[in-house]
Amino acid sequence: MSSLLIAEHNNTEVKPFTLNAITAASQIDPDLHVLIIGHESDAVAKSISEIPNVKKVIHVDNEIYKNYIAENFTTVVTKHAENYSHIICSANTFGKNLMPRIAALLDTSQVSDIIKVISPDTFLRPIYAGNAFATVKSNDAKKCITIRPTSFEPAETSGGSAEIIKADGGEQSNHTKFIKKEEIKSDRPELGTARIVISGGRGMQSGENFKLIQEVADKLNAAIGASRAAVDAGYITNDHQVGQTGKVVVPDLYIAVGISGAIQHLAGMKESKIIVAINKDGEAPIFSVADYGLEADLFDALPKFLAELNKLNTIQK
Amino acid sequence: MKILVAVKRVIDYNVQVRVKDDNSGVVTENVKMSTNPPDDNAIEEAVKIKESGKAKEIVAITVGDEKAQETVRKALAVGADRGIHVKVEGVIEPLAVSKILQKIVDKEKPDLVFMGKQAIDDDCNQTGQMLAALLNWPQATFASKIEVKDKTLEVTREVDEGLETIEVNVPAIVTCDLRLNEPRYASLPNIMKAKKKPIEQINASDLGIDTKPRIEQIKVEEPPKRKAGIKVANVEELVQKLKNEAKVI
Repeated sequence: MSSLLIAEHNNTEVKPFTLNAITAASQIDPDLHVLIIGHESDAVAKSISEIPNVKKVIHVDNEIYKNYIAENFTTVVTKHAENYSHIICSANTFGKNLMPRIAALLDTSQVSDIIKVISPDTFLRPIYAGNAFATVKSNDAKKCITIRPTSFEPAETSGGSAEIIKADGGEQSNHTKFIKKEEIKSDRPELGTARIVISGGRGMQSGENFKLIQEVADKLNAAIGASRAAVDAGYITNDHQVGQTGKVVVPDLYIAVGISGAIQHLAGMKESKIIVAINKDGEAPIFSVADYGLEADLFDALPKFLAELNKLNTIQK
Repeated sequence: MKILVAVKRVIDYNVQVRVKDDNSGVVTENVKMSTNPPDDNAIEEAVKIKESGKAKEIVAITVGDEKAQETVRKALAVGADRGIHVKVEGVIEPLAVSKILQKIVDKEKPDLVFMGKQAIDDDCNQTGQMLAALLNWPQATFASKIEVKDKTLEVTREVDEGLETIEVNVPAIVTCDLRLNEPRYASLPNIMKAKKKPIEQINASDLGIDTKPRIEQIKVEEPPKRKAGIKVANVEELVQKLKNEAKVI
């Protein structure tokens, strides 16, 4: 049997995390079909058909799918699910909202947020915010899987020519109405997907002092994070919180400034490729996970750090 | 309106989780346990709605072993009126929990069911959506703002791109984000009072639901350890290392 991946898109473009999920899905089963549910979304169907890993595109287009409502998407997926061994999507707010609703109707115990495909029924997934890794085997006949996007490379987007099949939608729910979406427009990259993250902790001492972090973030084109302590102290809003109860980030470079390294913070960032810690307390636990530790007063080190960065002319954007 | 709030007992978020030597799971013996953090937000929101006069009764429910009752008791101490404890031993997956909750909803007939968006132990993020599917109710997940209207809720949801607002008809399921509110602490008098509030005990087996896990946990391991890093002497050395050795800037 084949696998079915549900694409995330905005009716014009495919969302990047779908490409990571496609890579994982084709490791589960090379006969990968992609389901696109949208309105006036032909461009999306076309671009997905050009992904070499995709063998078939099923395109459901109707004005009731203009906005993403999990209730409406679910009935489309369950209608098509019969022919598939695996139903797959990305484990971001799109897939997290959608997949359990599908799984329950298929009477399947979902495997969430996998970071590695071991075999078509066995997967590696983090539990306890990444403090442990569980190898799990799904014994359900039909499997519902969500993919942690940052654990898989994005799929190639050109060279393929999958067949596009138009299909009908499902039952519409009258109990949920989309009102609006406010996209946070920021010149900075999004915390969850940024290549570089610089975070401040209680050591920042005030919200005002986060300006020092902002200046470095501007220079590095980095997202700004914070520890729970900094959020609780009111220095910064909690959408910046990195940690077990905040966001889990996996950037190429994570710079922790004035963060002691509480367990709950480490859980949100310790998978980062390179970790830098700047802290005046040489015994701070953050140094145990840092590739490069600088024992220094951050109010002295941050301006110097910025000055040194300004001397470089090769900073990657 | 009547609100059912589901809470789960998990290892406290400040505890360093350790994997058992035999790789069968994580150590839970003699470890501090607490209510799953976003479940506290769910209780808080229900209590606020009741305080505003829009809800009459709050019922707190948990599914778990004998000690899971502590989380219901805590919910009672911050404002829930009564509790339900569905007793079940061993591992129980979100699908089975949602089937149990479905049975309780059929009996209690709440207008709203609240719970945290995710439990910080198994990190599944499934139960609310599954319950919504089984009941064929609308779902408002990852809620950071809830406005109770006449027969609907307007819910602001935390999504990757920012904020989304939807309107759902009641009855509905809401899963709560940490940003929804600031959970209160229980006062000592309220903790004492909570001891007198009733908690109904039900055995999961009496509900006729198969709670046997469908997912086999083959092993649980420590995540790969990070290589020990180095300390740099000054900012200049740090920048040089990042540029020439790590090549990340």
